[in-house]
Amino acid sequence: MKNLSNGVPMIQSRDGPTRPAGDEQEHMDSKAHIQIRLISDPTYLCGVREMVASVARRLGFDDMDCSKISLALDEALCNVIRHGYAKAFDKPIWIGITPLEPEGKSPGGITIVIEDEAKKVDPCKIIGRHLEDIKPGGLGVHIIREVMDHVRYEPRETIGMRLTMSKRVVREENPPRLRDHLPGFARKGDAASKRV
Amino acid sequence: MHENETFLTVSEPSSGVVVISPSADVDMSRSPILRTAIQQSMNPKTSKVIVHLEDVGYMDSSGLATLVEAMRLGKSSNTSLVLSAMSPKVLAIFEIARLDSFFTIVDTLEQA
Repeated sequence: MKNLSNGVPMIQSRDGPTRPAGDEQEHMDSKAHIQIRLISDPTYLCGVREMVASVARRLGFDDMDCSKISLALDEALCNVIRHGYAKAFDKPIWIGITPLEPEGKSPGGITIVIEDEAKKVDPCKIIGRHLEDIKPGGLGVHIIREVMDHVRYEPRETIGMRLTMSKRVVREENPPRLRDHLPGFARKGDAASKRV
Repeated sequence: MHENETFLTVSEPSSGVVVISPSADVDMSRSPILRTAIQQSMNPKTSKVIVHLEDVGYMDSSGLATLVEAMRLGKSSNTSLVLSAMSPKVLAIFEIARLDSFFTIVDTLEQA
């Protein structure tokens, strides 16, 4: 169903808010391999965290990095809920996940895009607080920037904000192999060692 | 029963010592429950509050904020706050926020 608001065509969806026509196309990069829409209810953060950690594991990250990536996602979503939507728990959030192609020594990585319909904010004003000032709150942005390799906030074209963050898998030069930890196996080329 | 109703247990193994044991992730949806439990425990009769984190696999900055707030409350009420049995993944967020040296963190509940 369409009507006009200030000359802009509006779409009234059956189960959602009225939105500018064409806005659906704006949500999320259609090339994202995984696209999720959720409402801004903290109850669902655990499910999104587990899904992202699981995907990150399949993309080659170790357990600790998977945990940190899901932490960065969680912090970003909490900021949307807390600051963007002022703790309104029924607002839309979109998440897109895309793997990164291998580059240099990195076998790949992950890009996560989070979009909302909250008020636009000047990206220059989205900064973490000084850690020396120990007080409750205000750590989310610091954590996101600490965990992820690249973080970019930008206003979306019509309404809301977009956060794009990515992280690459880092491979050790000579990763330890399972056999290196097993008794009875020797490292190849180790003349002093022998199989027992 | 809603999962949040069984999110944590509170015990008093000895006089003046309260142990609060969350049993799941401490995130934005659950940290208010932890905050309330800590606030109720920190009274003039309590000398030490131990937050036992053995069953906590994940904590976000709302959990951190709750514990920073608890530390401040404890200083004003002369109640010490100890964190025990923290997993490496939970410790990582304390390190990222440079808060690992701000808290008293011990390996086991017995050490607390």
